[in-house]
Amino acid sequence: MKRADDYEVRRQHLKDMTDEELKQRFWELAEKIVEPMLELGYKNTTPSVERSVLLRMGFSSLEVKPIVDGVIKKGLMSKGAGNVVWRLSKKLGISVREAGVGLADGKYWDDVDGLF
Amino acid sequence: MKLDSNKKLDIKELLKDLDSYRPKRRGWHWREGRNEVRTVGDFEFHQTSEGLKNSIPLPGSRGFHYIDPQPDCVVTTEIASGRFEDDVRRMRMAAWHGADHIMVIRTAGQSHIDSLIEGTTQGIGGIAVTRKQCRASRKALDMIEEEVGREINFHSYISGVAGPDIAVMFAEEGINGAHQDPQYNVLYRNVNMVRSFTDACEAKKIMAWADMLQIDGAHNANATAMKAWKVRPELMVQHGINSIFSRKVGIKPENIALSTVPPTAPPAPCMRIDLPYAVALRDLFSEYKMRAQQHTKYMESDMREATVTHTMNLMISRLTSADVQSTITPDEGRNVPWHYNNIAALMTTKQAMNGMDGLKEMVKLDREGPLGTEVRELKERAILFMEEMLEVGGYFKAVESGFFIDSGYYPERNGDGIPRQIDGGIGVGMIFERDKDYFAPVSVHYGYNNIPAELNGKASAAIGGDTFEDPSKIVYVDELDEFDNVNTRLKEVEKYYDTNLVKPEVEWRADGIVCTTIFLPLDERTAEFAAIKCGEKLGLEDVTVVHKQVLHPSEGTYVEIKGKVKFDINIDELVIPEKVPVLSEEEIRDDIAVRPLFVVAATVGQDEHSVGLKETLDIKHGGIEKYGVKYLYLGTSCPVEKLVDAAIETNADAILASTIITHDDVHVKNMRKLHELCIEKGIRDRIIICCGGTQVTNEIAKEAGMDAGFGRGTKGIDVASFMVKRRREMQNEN
Repeated sequence: MKRADDYEVRRQHLKDMTDEELKQRFWELAEKIVEPMLELGYKNTTPSVERSVLLRMGFSSLEVKPIVDGVIKKGLMSKGAGNVVWRLSKKLGISVREAGVGLADGKYWDDVDGLF
Repeated sequence: MKLDSNKKLDIKELLKDLDSYRPKRRGWHWREGRNEVRTVGDFEFHQTSEGLKNSIPLPGSRGFHYIDPQPDCVVTTEIASGRFEDDVRRMRMAAWHGADHIMVIRTAGQSHIDSLIEGTTQGIGGIAVTRKQCRASRKALDMIEEEVGREINFHSYISGVAGPDIAVMFAEEGINGAHQDPQYNVLYRNVNMVRSFTDACEAKKIMAWADMLQIDGAHNANATAMKAWKVRPELMVQHGINSIFSRKVGIKPENIALSTVPPTAPPAPCMRIDLPYAVALRDLFSEYKMRAQQHTKYMESDMREATVTHTMNLMISRLTSADVQSTITPDEGRNVPWHYNNIAALMTTKQAMNGMDGLKEMVKLDREGPLGTEVRELKERAILFMEEMLEVGGYFKAVESGFFIDSGYYPERNGDGIPRQIDGGIGVGMIFERDKDYFAPVSVHYGYNNIPAELNGKASAAIGGDTFEDPSKIVYVDELDEFDNVNTRLKEVEKYYDTNLVKPEVEWRADGIVCTTIFLPLDERTAEFAAIKCGEKLGLEDVTVVHKQVLHPSEGTYVEIKGKVKFDINIDELVIPEKVPVLSEEEIRDDIAVRPLFVVAATVGQDEHSVGLKETLDIKHGGIEKYGVKYLYLGTSCPVEKLVDAAIETNADAILASTIITHDDVHVKNMRKLHELCIEKGIRDRIIICCGGTQVTNEIAKEAGMDAGFGRGTKGIDVASFMVKRRREMQNEN
């Protein structure tokens, strides 16, 4: 879009505001703009978010990638990759670390099916 | 491992036991003792912080008892040569020059890699930011901060499609600050918008836990836009979006910093454009921190020009405020920064900030005039920008319609913005809605988390604590590439590690690069090629012109070339004159008390320089007077004849002559004349003659007939000690 500078026309509703009112207006608008993004972050997850969860569960960067890829393939991202590993460890009676390393090595994926 | 100032940082030692190394602390650190009036040397400072245990003061400090006042704000230097093992040495040099925020640039393309990377592969224009590189660098900084006596913040980037992964690694490795701005991913890295913001929520939440300082990415609009000053309203919008977004995710406002750059540079009337912008930002973002960056957009290869622009930027920082003062190396317009240019930028900053200490107490910004009008207009334009964003349907719609990086001064639009589509970009289709039973068993997490009731609200209890609670769970990956790693690189330059061999370097150990300045009485193009030939004849390899400046279309051109030397220097073969040992203060005083010593002194020739000689004489500066020497000072531009006559009249024991100007070797001629005149007048065998000056050395002076010569860094004691010793010798000779 091309448009000439119409600042003088547009600013009419702002021109009588005090500096403090302007500042308030600026932050009200900024807050309104970011609301949908915060909502997206609240209800969604991504491969990177799930990898970051697995890293904190004590897996290496080399291990977290195949686990998340497998979780995506199984259609279980909506449950959380960490959740998959945790539930698997409970089901098989093994440690969380063993469960995750197993998944990274391509093992236990059949056991994942009945977890949810 | 502890550092010794007289020893190099041992890289091989640094790399030992990295798998078990834990950083000393986490979180951002502001300088101690700000907002206090502090006496340093002869002066009162109003904008400093606590001094350093070890540092290198500015050259001009010689006249002020070598004081080294440290400005109040954190000072940044950006270091990333592609080899962290060389960078850590530069970090140490930078810390000694006042840097306490070390920013590490990532290698080109890392933001598009959808995972963490590991090892120590060599980077391009930065380093591969990996756990090993971070851990080794943090380990080095943990030692360096002990050496200088001030906490050092380590900083890199949390952007791209692996933001949360990197945030976790940074939090675990004690990284203290990071750039994080989802808008940067969207606009410059073409990462899908939804992905970018969703990832940012988790990354920011982790940063908040790690108490890291966050710096946004708005300054990039400045560098990208054709006319950088036209995007000022948009920049304010970008700062606003990231600041409020970060705050809502959980970062405290004092850990949210704006990356702000004065958008223009001379010959534009930059103060009139950049100052209102700086003021408007500080008005609107009063709760947040200012990271004042130096200008790069209109930077060319001229280091002098860059330094002037940066000094003007520093003036804006002092007239407004800066919590973190970033520095840009003056050579950024020609190459990846070299060691000494990081230091040059730090020195420029310290010099300007010391010099403008307390300026705001004397100079008031006049908001009644054009400044106030301009500030107001900028704010209104930013607000209008956001109003229209909401009118078209919010952030995503606005980006889709190319609102951002348009070269028009909003509301003017030129239709050349960067549009991104909500269903496009890297990582599209990789967003998954969380189900009701979604669960992440970690202690820090943004958004919906259905923690099973049995865990009593503590998600990480499911796994017995996560790495943030129990760092022993962190899995350290060493090297993945057999050939491209630090061990291979160290082997390649093995012969320069702690051996007698040395080679010049600017970036990497023994890279062999030197830079030479040449003036040629030629036109620009001929000069360029003649300069390359000069370099080749000097024996340099890979000679390239890094800068040229026409002085006149036909009369001459100034050229700077760089090239590689082919040789090594064996330091064992160097003939280094022994440093003359000085007598103790007591011995000098006792000697002079018994046998008084009288000298006549002057700056000779047509030379008005007086500081060096006066410091050598004056008791206040530890000059010879301190040891009981009496003197007659004849001032500057003193004819040699007058000085000799005065020596005869006063029956002086010694003549001290200062000569600074070296044009046409006048300093050597004056020394010789002094010597010859004393012979002619028959006093040479009973008088000591010493000469001093910035270009004088003991060797030059002796060759010209002097008893001794004193160059840069000479103190009164050196001269007094010499005269006492020489007088004893002369007694024995007679």
